[in-house]
Amino acid sequence: MPLPYRVVRRRAETADTASFVLEPLDEALPPFRPGQFAMLYAFGVGDIPVSVSGILPHRHRLMHTVRAVGAVSTALCELGPGDTVGVRGPFGTVWDTSRAAGGDVLVIAGGIGLAPLRPLVYEVFRAPHRFRRVHVLIGARTPGDLVYRDETAVWAAAGPGGTALTVDRPDAGWAGDVGLVTGLLGHARFDPPGTTAYVCGPEVMIRATARELVHRGLRPERVLVSLERTMRCGTGHCGHCQLGPLLLCRDGAVLGYDRAAPLLATREL
Amino acid sequence: MAETGTDIGAPAVLDRDGLDALVRALAARGRTVIGPTVRDGAVVLAEIDSGDRLPYGWGVELAAGRYRLRRRTDGAAFAHSAGPQSWKTYLHPERVRQWSADRAPDGGLTVTAGEGEGAARPSFAFIGVRPCDLRAIAVQDRVLAGGRHPDGVYRARRERAFIVAVECTEPGETCFCVSMGSGPAAENGYDLALTELTTADGGGDTDGRGDGEHRFLVRVGSEEGAAVLEEVAHRPADRPTAAAARDRVTEASRRMGRAMPPVDLRRLMGDSLDSAHWDDIAERCLSCGNCTLVCPTCFCTTTEDVTDLTGDHAERWRRWDSCFDLDFSFMHGGPVRSSVRSRHRQWMTHKLATWYDQFGSSGCVGCGRCVVWCPVGIDITEEAAEFHARARDAAGGRDGPGGDGRTGGGVPAAAAHRTDGGLP
Repeated sequence: MPLPYRVVRRRAETADTASFVLEPLDEALPPFRPGQFAMLYAFGVGDIPVSVSGILPHRHRLMHTVRAVGAVSTALCELGPGDTVGVRGPFGTVWDTSRAAGGDVLVIAGGIGLAPLRPLVYEVFRAPHRFRRVHVLIGARTPGDLVYRDETAVWAAAGPGGTALTVDRPDAGWAGDVGLVTGLLGHARFDPPGTTAYVCGPEVMIRATARELVHRGLRPERVLVSLERTMRCGTGHCGHCQLGPLLLCRDGAVLGYDRAAPLLATREL
Repeated sequence: MAETGTDIGAPAVLDRDGLDALVRALAARGRTVIGPTVRDGAVVLAEIDSGDRLPYGWGVELAAGRYRLRRRTDGAAFAHSAGPQSWKTYLHPERVRQWSADRAPDGGLTVTAGEGEGAARPSFAFIGVRPCDLRAIAVQDRVLAGGRHPDGVYRARRERAFIVAVECTEPGETCFCVSMGSGPAAENGYDLALTELTTADGGGDTDGRGDGEHRFLVRVGSEEGAAVLEEVAHRPADRPTAAAARDRVTEASRRMGRAMPPVDLRRLMGDSLDSAHWDDIAERCLSCGNCTLVCPTCFCTTTEDVTDLTGDHAERWRRWDSCFDLDFSFMHGGPVRSSVRSRHRQWMTHKLATWYDQFGSSGCVGCGRCVVWCPVGIDITEEAAEFHARARDAAGGRDGPGGDGRTGGGVPAAAAHRTDGGLP
């Protein structure tokens, strides 16, 4: 059963994407960790899995970023401060940083794929000395598809790691890099065998990026990806999120590329 | 929930009146008694208030895509194999209201539990659960109640269910439980286990040939089973009856209509993902989903959200879904599995292989329902055999992938048979 949470803040990210800060009306869910997701329920419409994009200790607040692509996500995007949503969770696996300590870290995002990575970025930024070098590489189709523009500008200017952005199709106002996010890897300095990469974005971007990272010498099990399939329950019972041997709500959404690669290579699995 | 692996107490014998009394005793305990009965040309499960509703004298004729009732002369009640339903109809119902939500004028949201955590919890007694279906219940136990988030609806119904198993003495033409290691003997997971003996079976001092009365050997698998048995007229099991019951089950194991190829099916399916044979199956498969509906382990569901006319009262319903439905894998942008080939591969590979990864066992119990109720007669044992033949050919005539001599269920066939006969 979902617990009621109230929208305390809404921020438009792009033309079809918005972020929401949610606060429990009464009882709070157990704490979320970066990489996990919630089932967000739009009253009378349905619920969908949405990764947590911010974990705020104050009043057990959560941030979620939603792109309007279907009935439920569209209904969620139309909510504003004071409205109520139902929230279930936390579900799924986490962006684990324990094994990355002492080595280099790459955070690589495509489009709204930055949302599940955002709490990881802050976890890493809070304790940069745990790692050797940290790079946050962000790509999007157009400048208009970049999320968290204010924050990423701060990360790039003053963050403890190197943050770089690129777009496939620049507009007149874009002065930055152009091309796929894998193109940014050439400027990043990292020692491949000791590097842990965290990758999220469209599946085609994940595939291309993970392949490139392994090609550059990263160990597949240290390339962590977050995959997406449709979900109805989040609790391992509805069967919808199967990807071969995996139930992504339980065995994912975050998993190592050593397990993901053969599954992503099979068409229509 | 019967958990005992070994029988407690001595076996007993019930006659037909005793079976009737058993049904009444369970009903008198406030249980909803569900058993097989004849309706609409099939043996179906329904609530019964007396043993008279059992399908005495009815058998079935089964083939791929074919199910027919036929009369039997021996008056047996349980000489029919799996019908179109399974016990998931009651333990994992087709539609469940999971919660209701009410919106207040100030935007507040109140969520109220549905059946799972509050409302009526039926207390069932199942009469006539076959060993294959006992296994199916054990499989669904792991799927629905065994993980980190046990399903409340399933668990409440399951924990309160009383199970009267019936060993299989009349396997169907489409049965293959022996090759899946799930029958025809009932080994555990029951409160009471019956083995039916008809007048054609030996008994008393007739030296094992004919003239026996219609009776049921009863083994007790739980304390409640023992208590219920005490409430009905029974007598201690005599040695010939116990021996006849054991013989009938052993004999049934030799009369399976089908068998899975004797290979590691998990490996075979894992190695066959790119097989061209999926295209051949896809040319026949209608993608209707019948196999998933009749399968006693298929558990997939989807959700429906409805609101009333005020718009302030919403309900969340869960209903069975099928991986053959195009919508099943729909994400923004379209379905992941748009071809019939990929959807049939998902079902069959899940059932026989990836189920092990997800839930630690096969998802197939060898009941044969998917073979019978497929409108075009697709036979999972034949398709598995074809994948095996192709793998063997590709390996140059050697056994090929999966050919390590293990049986389909990963259990040696001999282990599927009870050998103790039930007498101390």
